[in-house]
Amino acid sequence: MKMNNSRFNNIVGHIKRSRSATLGTIIILLLILAAIFAPILAPYDPIETNVEDRLMKPCIEHPLGTDHLGRDVYSRLLYGARISLTVGIVVVGISALIGVILGIFAGFYGGLTDSTIMRLVDAFLTFPSVFLAIVIAGVLKPGLVSVIIALIVVGWTKYSRVGRGSVLSLKEKEFVESARSLGVHDRYIMFRHIFPNIITPIIIVATLGMADAILSLASLSFLGFGPQPPTPEWGAMLNAGRPFMQTDPHLMIFPGLAIMILVLGFNLLGDGLRDILDPKREIIE
Amino acid sequence: MSLVEIIGLSAHFPTHDGIVKAVDRIDLNIEDTETLGLIGETGSGKSVLGLSITRLLPPTAIVEGKIIYKGRNLLTVSEDDIRKIRGGEITNILQNPTTSLNPVVKIGEQIAEAIRLHQGLNKKEAKEKAIEMLDAVKVPSPSKRAQQYPHEFSGGMKQRVMIAIGLACDPFFIIADEPTKGLDVTIKVQIVDLMKEMTEHKTMLLITHDLGVAAAMCDRIALMYAGEIVECATPLDLFEKPMHPYTRGFLNSLPHRGLTPIQGMSPSLINYPDGCRFSPRCEYVNEECIHHHPDMFRIECEHFVRCFNARS
Repeated sequence: MKMNNSRFNNIVGHIKRSRSATLGTIIILLLILAAIFAPILAPYDPIETNVEDRLMKPCIEHPLGTDHLGRDVYSRLLYGARISLTVGIVVVGISALIGVILGIFAGFYGGLTDSTIMRLVDAFLTFPSVFLAIVIAGVLKPGLVSVIIALIVVGWTKYSRVGRGSVLSLKEKEFVESARSLGVHDRYIMFRHIFPNIITPIIIVATLGMADAILSLASLSFLGFGPQPPTPEWGAMLNAGRPFMQTDPHLMIFPGLAIMILVLGFNLLGDGLRDILDPKREIIE
Repeated sequence: MSLVEIIGLSAHFPTHDGIVKAVDRIDLNIEDTETLGLIGETGSGKSVLGLSITRLLPPTAIVEGKIIYKGRNLLTVSEDDIRKIRGGEITNILQNPTTSLNPVVKIGEQIAEAIRLHQGLNKKEAKEKAIEMLDAVKVPSPSKRAQQYPHEFSGGMKQRVMIAIGLACDPFFIIADEPTKGLDVTIKVQIVDLMKEMTEHKTMLLITHDLGVAAAMCDRIALMYAGEIVECATPLDLFEKPMHPYTRGFLNSLPHRGLTPIQGMSPSLINYPDGCRFSPRCEYVNEECIHHHPDMFRIECEHFVRCFNARS
């Protein structure tokens, strides 16, 4: 989808005016940069063990200390950002794609199509999402891919609901009738005429969904369903630090902070975007 | 020769209160290259008639009768065939240009859409054709305007875009529904002139409640009342020698003719009077009018009227 330039600039302008969206954007951008340049920024190899330096407190050589295998926590956190962000993007991307397509079909055709799709959504929503994810991740082989699959399975429903809701009101618009009077196919109307109109609410849900996915990834990894050691995943690092909680709390504090900051970034941006893009909100200068 | 022949067309909508007979057994011929005006007050069924021709009514509507176009009944051709006819051979220029254009799609692309679909041009050719069309409807700096979005256009300019979309595929038959709605007088004159110029050799059904626009553009005018046509004549005959009491009342309600309202209310579209549908409001009503439904009577070769009193 080509983004309208003036519309895009407009959003950037609004983000600048919203304090929470600005802060969220800065946090996310910094962490994205950290993830991209992890090999340059990280002073040590995140996987290589060095038993002599194990369980060191934060010091000059190891700004965030080392873990029980002597690996540098700072370096591991940098590489961990890559995993969290990638999982977030992949999960949100695929679940939004599935959810939005199903939601548009449900809203556009109504009737039996709508009932079938939305009952399916309801069925997925009846399970507590973390349990469902644990079951799926547990049935599959533990690892990154099964976590991604599990998070998509529990995550796509919200995009369907938002998509369907928007389509329900949009399909009654005259420009849809106008397109139909030109002999345009249903599919073309759905994706060429309706889809561009629902991007805004989808972007908001997707931003908040990123925070959700990253947090769920950490939870599943903490429980051992995620990427297996020695992969530097934040949730897994929390879990690995648990036995040393009392003597070396930095092993849990820093990964916890990393998760918190990234999730906070997406939540701030999502909330900010919702305020900015809400058409009912008067913009008070 | 008639291009479109409407025979006994009904469009009924089932509701909780009963069946709304928005269009009830209408017969209408639209001759090749003529502009036929369809006028009537709000709720008389004009727009429903217009939409039913290319089957654009919602699926809940019960449409009966025949619409013969080039020897085919449009009401029974396949969904694929009607889609090819829509926007290609028969186009609708819808009312409300502001809401009929997609707010997030560029103007040029909205025009190019129909061209690509019906004329099989590729993206680039269709875009060029769209710019040509914008130029033809006298939108200034068309190549720049094609890149803009509807909110950057004024109401009159949007209506020009609607006309460009309607005429982009060089249709045989145009159904224009209130093309001058919501435009101020000076713009209205421009749009009427533009439409006259662009549709000179085309067949058009012009739906409006603006008598001035109808008089300026139409070769014949049909007046609708309560789901049926009550009088059909040339503009001259209709304005100078109106035969139906409703036509006279309609004309007398014009500002320069004294703004005289017609007594009473339009009948509910669910329960029509048994006899003439105008009888409850008619000052010349007699026994026959109350019990029998009048047919269209021919007064002169081009002048038809649905009134027993006009028969003699």
